[in-house]
Amino acid sequence: MNVLLPGSLPEALDMLASDGAAIPIAGGTDLLVHWPVRVDAHDRTYVDLSRLDALKPLSWTADELVLGGLTTYWDVIRDARAAQEFPLLGNAARQVGAIQIQARGTWAGNIVNASPAADGVPVLMAYDAVVVLESRRGREQVPLDRFYSGYKEMRRHPDQLVVEIRIPRRPYSYQVFEKVGGRRAQAIAKVGLAVTRSGAGWRVVAASVAPTIRRCPAVERLLETGTAIASPEALLPAVARDVAPIDDIRSSARYRTHVMARLLYHDLRDFWGKRG
Amino acid sequence: MNGHSAIRNPQSAIPITFTLNGKPVSLGVDPAARLLDTLRYQLALTGTKEGCGEGECGACTVYLDGVPVNSCLVPTYQVRGQRVETVESLEPGALEPFERCGATQCGACTPGVVMTASWIREHPELLATHSIRELMAGNLCRCTGYDGIVDSVAEALREPGSGKRDT
Ligand SMILES: Cc1cc2nc3c(=O)[nH]c(=O)nc-3n(C[C@@H](O)[C@@H](O)[C@H](O)COP(=O)(O)OP(=O)(O)OC[C@H]3O[C@@H](n4cnc5c(N)ncnc54)[C@H](O)[C@@H]3O)c2cc1C
Ligand code: FES
Ligand code: FES
Repeated sequence: MNVLLPGSLPEALDMLASDGAAIPIAGGTDLLVHWPVRVDAHDRTYVDLSRLDALKPLSWTADELVLGGLTTYWDVIRDARAAQEFPLLGNAARQVGAIQIQARGTWAGNIVNASPAADGVPVLMAYDAVVVLESRRGREQVPLDRFYSGYKEMRRHPDQLVVEIRIPRRPYSYQVFEKVGGRRAQAIAKVGLAVTRSGAGWRVVAASVAPTIRRCPAVERLLETGTAIASPEALLPAVARDVAPIDDIRSSARYRTHVMARLLYHDLRDFWGKRG
Repeated sequence: MNGHSAIRNPQSAIPITFTLNGKPVSLGVDPAARLLDTLRYQLALTGTKEGCGEGECGACTVYLDGVPVNSCLVPTYQVRGQRVETVESLEPGALEPFERCGATQCGACTPGVVMTASWIREHPELLATHSIRELMAGNLCRCTGYDGIVDSVAEALREPGSGKRDT
């Protein structure tokens, strides 16, 4: 095993450029799980991001919240303004493990780990987050809803780091994040759902129902029409069009599609109720 | 297991310096070592326990720059220049409320539980936004049920003084 300890971002980007197989490591909450028995993982080269102070802070501009490439869940939980303007971020962060994980796990690591059951990704996607990638070749911005192309496949090249996650500041008339899982904390979601509505329209993002976390365009189109939905069953055709549930040990495909339709219906019933 | 990776290892030990329980420490660490391994096997601080090795149970909880983390998920090279505190840094008295409330049985979870509990005690402001139960959710206990643990933390919070030993 080789560990490279860059002291600055340019140095880290040089290391990644010269070794195409090197793996960046941030909080280690994905990479270090069951570490002693994952002997193959010990043969790799790692680039330690933990000292790249430039990537740490969370910052605000006039029209964006900018999470650094090393911003943790705990950084967001402690930011009162984030809780106020982007409540779903804090809400999701508080469901990622408990303090010991929240203090170490990063939003960028959650994105690159690319689990279809992740909790950070759906809320970022529902807020139209943009992933800023940097390598020695330059900078590139990829909207998160176009970042994944398949299971654990993404628009990140091995020499690129996620250096920022940019979230546009907008007034939201509706926002909710839900996760149905075994236990509240320390659980990998069975079905996750993040829904927002702003001047930019509805965003409906589903987790654990497809090989990647994804937006649900058919459901979003249905909501844009403004028709009230009478029952969860009325949502099923649109939900079924959008999701391709993974039939794994956690729960069956049919179950997930139904849970998703029901969750969505119950969330939105409150919204329709308030409007009507 | 670390022995294996050390043998095949192209990279020799990484020299690091950090502050451990208030004192500076310099040593060479296996690039594959987790902080948990370094504390227990290289520095003979065996108070920190390994339960699951996957970040679920919290038995391995230490403070890194003052915040609870799972030492089974921290590569030791990452603590260079940082402050690490282990359960050995706590006052023996930190355990008392747990004994009184029946919150220790087999004791496997206790070092981690007491670490998180003492951190909450040092940061009562967290209770404005978090419940004790939520803050303790990363420390699993198979024996006691969680009521005793939550009661002990509540009781510790009512007591004057701090759980930390002066170093
Ligand atoms: C007990 C436990 C409970 C958990 N519960 C949840 C949960 O409820 N919900 C959930 O979503 N997740 C959960 N997780 C996983 C969550 O902690 C991670 O996904 C975390 O966000 C990853 O961040 P990290 O910094 O620790 O990543 P690391 O482990 O350091 O890295 C993860 C991946 O991202 C890459 N990477 C990291 N940073 C960058 C960067 N800046 N640029 C490019 N690549 C990068 C790494 O190469 C690696 O592939 C849990 C983990 C544990 C151990
Ligand atoms: S041993 Fe580290 S969390 Fe269980
Ligand atoms: S006392 Fe046995 S696990 Fe907690």
